Amino acid sequence: MNIMRMLRDKPWLHPSAAATAAQYSGPDSKAAMRVLLRFVLAIVGVIFFLFIITFLARSQYPDFEALAGQPWQPFTDPTRLWFNTALLACASLTIQWGLGGARTGNLNVSVAGISAAVFFTVLFLVAQFDLWLHLQSMGFYMAGNPANSYFYLLTAIHGLHLIGGLLVLTNVVFRVWYDNSTESLSAPLQLCTTYWHFLLGVWLVLFALLTSRPETINALAAMCGF
Amino acid sequence: MQNVAIADQPDHLHDPQTFVTKYIYSQDHKVIAIQYALTAVFVGLVALVLSGLMRLQLGFPDTFDFINPSDYLQFVTMHGMIMVIYLLTALLLGGFGNYMIPLMIGARDMVFPFMNMLSFWFYLLSVLVLLASFFVPGGPTGAGWTLYPPQAILAGTPGHDWGIILMLASLVIFIIAFTMGGLNYVTTVLQARTHGMTLMRMPLTIWGIFTATVLGLLAFPALLVSAIMMMLDKTLGTSFFMPALVSLGENLDYSGGSPVLFQHLFWFFGHPEVYIVALPAFGMVSDVLATHARKNIFGYRMMVWAIVGIGGLSFFVWAHHMYVSGMDPAFGFFFATTTLIIAIPTAIKVYNWILTLYRGNIHLTVPMLFAIGFIFTFTHGGLTGLFLGNVTIDLPLSDTYFVVAHFHMVMGVSPIMVLFAAIYHWYPLITGRMFNERLGKLHFWLTFLGTYAIYLPMHYLGFLGVPRRYFAMGTTDFIPESAPSLNASITISALIVGLSQLIFLYNVFWSIRHGKPAGHNPWGATSLEWQTPDVPPRHGNWGPELPRVYRWAYDYAVPGAEHDFIPQNHPVSEAEQTAGEHEEHNS
Repeated sequence: MNIMRMLRDKPWLHPSAAATAAQYSGPDSKAAMRVLLRFVLAIVGVIFFLFIITFLARSQYPDFEALAGQPWQPFTDPTRLWFNTALLACASLTIQWGLGGARTGNLNVSVAGISAAVFFTVLFLVAQFDLWLHLQSMGFYMAGNPANSYFYLLTAIHGLHLIGGLLVLTNVVFRVWYDNSTESLSAPLQLCTTYWHFLLGVWLVLFALLTSRPETINALAAMCGF
Repeated sequence: MQNVAIADQPDHLHDPQTFVTKYIYSQDHKVIAIQYALTAVFVGLVALVLSGLMRLQLGFPDTFDFINPSDYLQFVTMHGMIMVIYLLTALLLGGFGNYMIPLMIGARDMVFPFMNMLSFWFYLLSVLVLLASFFVPGGPTGAGWTLYPPQAILAGTPGHDWGIILMLASLVIFIIAFTMGGLNYVTTVLQARTHGMTLMRMPLTIWGIFTATVLGLLAFPALLVSAIMMMLDKTLGTSFFMPALVSLGENLDYSGGSPVLFQHLFWFFGHPEVYIVALPAFGMVSDVLATHARKNIFGYRMMVWAIVGIGGLSFFVWAHHMYVSGMDPAFGFFFATTTLIIAIPTAIKVYNWILTLYRGNIHLTVPMLFAIGFIFTFTHGGLTGLFLGNVTIDLPLSDTYFVVAHFHMVMGVSPIMVLFAAIYHWYPLITGRMFNERLGKLHFWLTFLGTYAIYLPMHYLGFLGVPRRYFAMGTTDFIPESAPSLNASITISALIVGLSQLIFLYNVFWSIRHGKPAGHNPWGATSLEWQTPDVPPRHGNWGPELPRVYRWAYDYAVPGAEHDFIPQNHPVSEAEQTAGEHEEHNS
């Protein structure tokens, strides 16, 4: 393993120039961006992980009523959520398509892909908001039950991350607009694409968790020792 | 090329000229570091004044009419939160992290300078929001720095209305600021090291800052999550942490929430936070000790492993802050075990520092005095940690002055000693001038001895059972009459130590103009930050060409070498080359 070899290094022996003789002229910005993205994904992952852990812990208190299971509960029939999920999945697919265009230098494809991805993402956010209104109209308010609170909280945090992604994507597109070349597009777009796929993954986990029946939630909580 | 530091663009090294580009819209890591440091020191002085007020009340109860019990709790809370987060974290990582990382690894700047600049402005905003809570109706929150619900947001706690909201908002902004800065630090260390600067050739300062930043990036989300959920409990009436309860005779709408859940989240952040503060201090003190003892750091590899090991272990000890929360004894046993295990890498570090001094050519300069002082205060604070890490001993001592004395020694005074050592050590580099040595020594002795005059008796008060966070002790049978007089003596010492910091401030600001010019590398240090073409380093740090690194950062007193130190960028001599080959042959 690389890390183990590195940690076994004895730097006090053998002073020497580094093996590569090429002149080092500063950091590689693409590689740096990739490292940055990895850390961002780790941090976002930790945030959602902690929310989910508290969700499972809180679910074991007697006042917790899961949002699925009984016929009168909103997500016993999760059709609306499937629809929203499809929107976000479309955003992921189209941004991937746009990335393919950027890689092959096809500006039209990449513009179409990015536009479609932004469209589907915004539509997803609107659909999520509409779902909030729907829940409100059914009487499932934020403070009504911890399960409701978690639903609003987790979808809001997930939505905020998507909005952050949209801002970054806008920034990337405008930079490319000024540079006027697809070459400079593919590297940052690759990072945006990874971020979109990651948030789709996070949403699938949240979807599964929020629509779980009480038995599933209890089993998960028991596995975590709550 | 997008996202490349201005300083990294090869064509020209343009220094920012106007006031705005130089100080307001600055993306130079050195300017940002100084902005961070000045803000942190300013807000730290506010917290120092608060501690003085607290001590006045404790030492001389019934004397000061302007301090009532609510004020006292607000002082306690704000003092704790400011010192831990807005001073120590910001100064060690935002200040020294920013200044040292690019210089010590041979980079021109951070990898994402714009984000770095944003990081500072968000930090400043968080400080302003925090300080604003002094001026809102009800004043700042008085919930204690741990902000435990349910009391933090209930009527009866000072600042339960506006204060707690501003505190939580400020924390969220701080976390955003820290994350932007932290992403920069880790990426810069991983990606922008100059030619020949392998990870194992990095000075321990960088190892400490790097590991602490990784801890921060992974631990602050826990605080973020708890702050968001508590904010919702307060503003929207959710019941994440709030149980059903009656407050001031009124049934509240909360039901079923879990206050202990908050404690778990808070301490899952809170314990790594101890090491977010300690690890950079460990790193910096190692470099100060090696430089001023003219000896290579003893056991460099062990020091790196210990830093990484402590960082990893720090995520598995959080519940030792919660032994009295009614946890399962098996749970307590687990956390006591992990807590005591962490003493092993920590002890390795302390032994290595002492062995670095052993038979070294010790120069008792001001930074060295503070570094040696740190070994004392940290050892004492660490040893009381062994007491408190055990469940059975912690239970009676919990929430007494013993705990207060312990954590002040280990994570208050000790990092501050290192910060002073570091400020005095790098002052000639940052300003190009020497500080006044005599004032520096006076400052050291007053601070070091004063610290002991404050905290040694406080351990004793803790053994007597004097509870922390109490406005006044009143009359209790188990506390003898001598305790109040001890409290008065602690207060006098605390005021002297507090005032003696004015010597430090005077020295720092006076020497900027009137200090002797420091010249190039006055301590004879090996690491890269001292090898810049200009002192203080200019924008872009290195002139036209980046330095090349040929050796580790601790080549002090090398047998046969011309000077008693060999800088990291000093090319390999022929003698070294043949010696290396010879060794290779034998092994």
